[in-house]
Amino acid sequence: MEYFIELLFSGLTRGSIYALIALGYTMVYGIIGLINFAHGEMYMIGAFTGLIVAEILLIYQFPLPAVFVLTALAAVIWSSAYGFTVERIAYRPLRKAPRLAPLISAIGMSIFLQNYVQLVQTADFLPFPSLIPEFAFLEPYAGIIGSTDAAILVVSLIAMLLLSVMVKWTRIGKAMRATAQDQKMALLVGVNVDRIISFTFILGSGLAAIGGVLIASHVGQINVFIGFIAGIKAFTAAVLGGIGSIPGAVLGSYVLGLTESLTTGYVSSDYEDVFAFALLVLILIFRPSGLLGKASVDKV
Amino acid sequence: MRTTVFSFILASFILIFLQSPTYAENTIKIGVTGAHQGDLASYGLPSLKATQLVVKDINSQGGINGVPIELLAEDDGCKPEVATNVATKLVAAGVKAVIGHVCSGPTKATLPIYRDANVVVISPAATTPNLSQDGTYQNFFRTIAADDAQARLQTDFTLQTLKAKKIAILHDKGDYGKGLAEYARTFIEQSKDAKVVLFEGVTPGAVDYSAVIQKIKRSNADAVLFGGYHPEASKIVGQMRQKRLTIPFVSDDGVKDATFLKVAGKDAEGVYATGPADVSNNPIAIMYRDKFRAAEGAEPGSFFDNAVAAALALTQAMIKAGTADADALIKALRTQKVATPFGDITFDDRGEPVGIGFFIYQVQNGRFVLVQ
Repeated sequence: MEYFIELLFSGLTRGSIYALIALGYTMVYGIIGLINFAHGEMYMIGAFTGLIVAEILLIYQFPLPAVFVLTALAAVIWSSAYGFTVERIAYRPLRKAPRLAPLISAIGMSIFLQNYVQLVQTADFLPFPSLIPEFAFLEPYAGIIGSTDAAILVVSLIAMLLLSVMVKWTRIGKAMRATAQDQKMALLVGVNVDRIISFTFILGSGLAAIGGVLIASHVGQINVFIGFIAGIKAFTAAVLGGIGSIPGAVLGSYVLGLTESLTTGYVSSDYEDVFAFALLVLILIFRPSGLLGKASVDKV
Repeated sequence: MRTTVFSFILASFILIFLQSPTYAENTIKIGVTGAHQGDLASYGLPSLKATQLVVKDINSQGGINGVPIELLAEDDGCKPEVATNVATKLVAAGVKAVIGHVCSGPTKATLPIYRDANVVVISPAATTPNLSQDGTYQNFFRTIAADDAQARLQTDFTLQTLKAKKIAILHDKGDYGKGLAEYARTFIEQSKDAKVVLFEGVTPGAVDYSAVIQKIKRSNADAVLFGGYHPEASKIVGQMRQKRLTIPFVSDDGVKDATFLKVAGKDAEGVYATGPADVSNNPIAIMYRDKFRAAEGAEPGSFFDNAVAAALALTQAMIKAGTADADALIKALRTQKVATPFGDITFDDRGEPVGIGFFIYQVQNGRFVLVQ
């Protein structure tokens, strides 16, 4: 039983990280129907920004909680700026183009950003300081759930909660939902669609950046390619949950994270990806639009 | 006219015939083989040059007890089918020993020919494990560590020095890491002193390894062997320490890397890793490298040091045995210690070098320190 709980927490930690990234995929898809392949790079850029800021703050001996908050904030702002710019440069000019064009543009952006960071930083692995202190009250349970695991869970739950409150109850959230439903109609009733789309990219990139800082602090290392695998997994989670649906992305991420950790625990980590993707295939066979996705009705 | 040409050809045949036996009695013949032309020449030529340099030295000091060495260089192109012809040719020419072959395939193909002709073979570069290990070819030696030497050292260290009884083996699913892990598993199972309680591959680049860590914990392993590279190693060690798992972590030369120390930081302390010896300060290595540079105006390439070691071991064994006969030579190679670019080496019963190969290092105060 204890073993199961250990695996459960391991899966939830993974799931939380996937969720933070998957939300960006799903929101962008929900609003403009584009799979933003450069989204994993926002996670990577967030981690790199976090590293630079954290190193500077640690030199000036800021207290650890302050370093963590400021690092996360800086990473969110920086990644959001990248997200905003990428949308402006690579997607907005192609909004009326056939669907394949922005997709290719997204892949191009991903390759560009990876190589850009590699040139200005390094291709090597860099150590990332541990920003989350060892909580004394968790010490008896350290074998089951570490301080960083707990921090990842709590921070991502708060972030997701804030996001759903925002989407549900605020003006801009309402405008986002309106844009997702029907861009032209939203425009007609006075929603500034361009601004909403920019806002969505900013929001998604910011969430991914939080994920980047959290996981980098958890595993203690980063390099320019971390966005690729995390991005692919998060994208899988978004599809699993039903791409376009915010609760779906969260659910899909936890399902994926738990599948991976339970497979590792009870079968073998060699088969971790096999089981994860087999599950994806199965779910898509029986529910083609994902766990919580709505089948889109094409209006003729 | 026709008769003139015929008699000329006949005369030259007779000349060849007459010359070779008279010449043979005055020299000891050693063959040097490997790829000397073509794509793989960069593997074979350094060995040829190294052997030539060593033999030149020996001959200038009076050869083997007064008899000079004659080198016969043959190109096998790293192809087994060419190599068997080369071997037959060398045996027919009366060589007593061969430095080569460079590639594993040709070495394997030619060993029976040399064995039947009582010719000693010292390969400076063939690393395939199963060339000699069953004892079929008593005439085979090498001056390079076999592919499984690292795993053998890791296993011996873990079982004998760390006294581990239950061992968890992890790898990164790559050729290098998984290969090492599989050798280690075989050796542990053969030894019967310990059990492999976990054998798993982890996905490189995954965001989190805590599930695998929990599995190690549950298996009650008292040591972890990891085959792979430093990014995964530092993640796994870091997460093991986070989960308060303090059992020894033993890894390979993919982990014995400065980046590992930098990335894993304090978690790296106490980690064991195997790695090759540093030969750059050895006086013999420096001497022969300088000679090569003076003669060729270039840096010596792959397996140069190994070939110098092979040539030195062979010639010293001949001097000590006082003869070039295979049996005496084999005995001398197995018993004497000879100074080479790798330090003093000798050979075990399987022809594997003792003293060339891998050593155990441990991270102590942020540096790799040689422990065994």
